[in-house]
Amino acid sequence: MTMKANNRQVGGVTIVDLSGRITLGEGSVVLRDTIRDLATKGKTKILLNLGNVTYIDSSGIGELVSAFTTVRNQGGELKLLNLTKKVHDLLQITKLYTVFDIKDDEAAAVQAFN
Amino acid sequence: MTYADKCKRGPVRADIVNHRAKNRVSYTLDSTLESVNKAEGKAFEIAAGNGFDEDEQHHIAMAVREAAVNAVLHGNAYDPRKKVIVVYEMTGDALVITITDQGKGLDPQCISDPLAPENLMKQSGRGIFLIRAFMDEVKIRKLDPGTEITLIKHVGREAANAKEETK
Repeated sequence: MTMKANNRQVGGVTIVDLSGRITLGEGSVVLRDTIRDLATKGKTKILLNLGNVTYIDSSGIGELVSAFTTVRNQGGELKLLNLTKKVHDLLQITKLYTVFDIKDDEAAAVQAFN
Repeated sequence: MTYADKCKRGPVRADIVNHRAKNRVSYTLDSTLESVNKAEGKAFEIAAGNGFDEDEQHHIAMAVREAAVNAVLHGNAYDPRKKVIVVYEMTGDALVITITDQGKGLDPQCISDPLAPENLMKQSGRGIFLIRAFMDEVKIRKLDPGTEITLIKHVGREAANAKEETK
C-alpha cells in the first residue's frame, strides 16, 4: 500500500494524517518531504497521526526520529497520535516510546501544544 | 496444505527460483527494493502456511525485510551485477531463512547498540537489533566476499514465552 500524507490545520497545529507503510523508499521519502515542507513554511507544531499506518520498518523508525529532530531544531514540537499496536511495540522495543510525546486523543493532543 | 504445495501455487516468477525441494526453496534476487518486498512477502506467506501465529508471521516477515534491506543497500549497494540469495527451509518445527549478499562483508563485532544513549536518536542502525528481537536465533557470517545471515524461528515459541512471562 502506498504511503499517503494529508495535512490539516487545527488550532495552530498541523495534523498530518499518514496512511500506508513507512518503509525504506517511497514511504520514508513522503514523510521526509512532508516534514521538510512544513518546517520550511514555519509550521513546526506537528501532530503525526499514525492511526492508519499499517507497517513501519527500521528505516521508517529512523525517519520518525529524523522528523522529531528536524522539528525540534527549528524550535517546534512533534507529537505522535493513534499508534497501532505494532507501531507501539516497535517504539517500545527501540526505547523510543519515552522519547516521543505520544497521544491517543486528537483534541487533547492539540491542547498539549499550547 | 504442505509448504511445498503452497510454494507451487505462489506468484513468484519462475526465472528467479533457483531451487525448490520439499520444505526448501531458494531465490536469487536483484539488488533492488522490489527484491526486498518479494523476500518479505514470501517470508510472510511461508510463515502463514506453516503454523506461525499472526504476530510471529509479522515478526518473521519484518526480520526478513530488514535482512534483505541490509543485503541490497549496505551489502550489494544496489549493484546490478550483484545478487541476493534467499533460502527458506522448514526443518521440524523451525523456519530457517538464510540471506546472502555479495558485498564487502559485515563484521558482526562492529554492530553498534541502538539502545545506547549516544545512538538512541540516530536515524539508522536498528535493523540487526530488530532482527534479533524478532527471531529465536540469528547467525551472521562474514564471507569473502559478502555476508550470510541465518534467521531461525520456532513455531509457537513466542506464545509459549508470553505465557511463561505471565505466570
